[in-house]
Amino acid sequence: MKEFLMLIRGGQDKYQSVSANDMQKHMEHWQEWMAGLANEDKLVGGQPLANEGNTLTGNGKTVTDRPFAEGKELVGGYLLIKASSLKEATEIAKGCPSFEYDCSVEVREIAPVG
Amino acid sequence: MVAVLVKIFGIENIEIAEDVVQDALVSALETWKFRGIPDNPKAWLYRTARNKAIDIIRRKKHSKTIDFSDPERKLLTSEYTLSSTMDNFWKEEYIQDDFLAMMYACCHPDISPENQITFILKSLCGFSTKEVAKSFLTSEDTISKRIYRTKEYFRKHQIRPEIPYPEEITSKTSVVLNTIYLIFNEGYNSTHNDQLIRKDIISQALWLCKSLLDVELTQLPEVYALMALMLFHTARLDSRINDQGELILLSDQDRTSWNKELIAQGSRYLNQSAFGESLSTYHLEAAIAYKHCVADSYDNTDWKEILKYYDLLLKIKKDPIVSLNRCLVILELYGAEKALGTIQSIGEDHKLLEKYYLYYSILGEIYERLMKPTIAIEYYEKAIKLTQSDPEKRLLKHKMSKILN
Repeated sequence: MKEFLMLIRGGQDKYQSVSANDMQKHMEHWQEWMAGLANEDKLVGGQPLANEGNTLTGNGKTVTDRPFAEGKELVGGYLLIKASSLKEATEIAKGCPSFEYDCSVEVREIAPVG
Repeated sequence: MVAVLVKIFGIENIEIAEDVVQDALVSALETWKFRGIPDNPKAWLYRTARNKAIDIIRRKKHSKTIDFSDPERKLLTSEYTLSSTMDNFWKEEYIQDDFLAMMYACCHPDISPENQITFILKSLCGFSTKEVAKSFLTSEDTISKRIYRTKEYFRKHQIRPEIPYPEEITSKTSVVLNTIYLIFNEGYNSTHNDQLIRKDIISQALWLCKSLLDVELTQLPEVYALMALMLFHTARLDSRINDQGELILLSDQDRTSWNKELIAQGSRYLNQSAFGESLSTYHLEAAIAYKHCVADSYDNTDWKEILKYYDLLLKIKKDPIVSLNRCLVILELYGAEKALGTIQSIGEDHKLLEKYYLYYSILGEIYERLMKPTIAIEYYEKAIKLTQSDPEKRLLKHKMSKILN
């Protein structure tokens, strides 16, 4: 088993405009999807991220009080999963509820170093 | 509520569950004091407890206290799923299941009966350590130790509250019933002078048994039978002890004070228990108690029928106490000579019988009726030495003084 990181980008604008009811439904989809992964022992962990943050550049000397990327590029959350191959991880990612909010999902294998 | 929270935090973390419940109750009192009681206080309490549980999960996510390896608990560690996973735990249809599952976990056969009872009263009946200690007439220290040992057992053997599979339900339920009956007897037979405490324990036992009857899976004949048995006993509770805390013998009890409503309820449960193949000891004990309940006087009791039930009881299980009680029936039916013969021919090891005060108290009774007061008194004295219960001792002394006068 290898580990993969799913980077979920975008969707923040749409997310803020939906009704409480729709939001609840959306969170239930997350619940169902992640419960499926957890039951197959494929879920390592994952969290949604707040929109605010700081970006450090120039060897850590310059601090900008917002994330580097904006709009569709802004990372909104991540998931760490277990899968046997990139292909399988990609298949898993296709079920991600974030697509309901027009997000993009990038799947990357955790690189063994050294 | 504790049962749900135990499922969230794990049975080994019952103290966290209890803290959450207590916090929720305190918040309720504080809020309701100013804003009045909400339309649905139960929902309000659940909601508050749910939110407090979320706070604790967030705080303890990285500590080792809670075991998050279980798939359902794993979802509590992600903000994507924390809230809706938590909501699932609090769904009404699961809450009752959690309660039952917890009852089965507490009644694990490897946990000693006193630890089972302590844990049930603490986790399901909402007793504080102090209240449990008071009910058992022991120290809070002893109770804390029992709880600690039980928790350690759960932790070590990774026991999770679960409702048994249908094929195991009868055997596992029999342990639960045994524990419920022990709780009941703690209230019914205890030497406690405080009637309120006794009644509280009895009502908890009735409530636990009732909660088994509320679920189809556990609507077994023996569960109905135990419910009937406990109700018949409860109906006679008030006439059993007088205001001074003295025991009153069945023959001297005021039968008009027996609770007719409870007897009627018991009869309904006894009728409901009559299905399926199983004839449990609860069925027979309930039938005996029923015969006593419907007799209009001690002399008019249907002793013949009762004797049949005792014979059947002994066929199911050889129990010295049952054998001894059977002698009392023989005494009423056929007189002292026969009773003496019966008690002497009890197949049990007489060494074992000699440990029971009841053995000597019956012998005393028999010799009293045989007009041999000296021997009777000797046996009563032996009986007094063997019983721990003060009311029993006073009753025996009373019998002795009657002979002497």
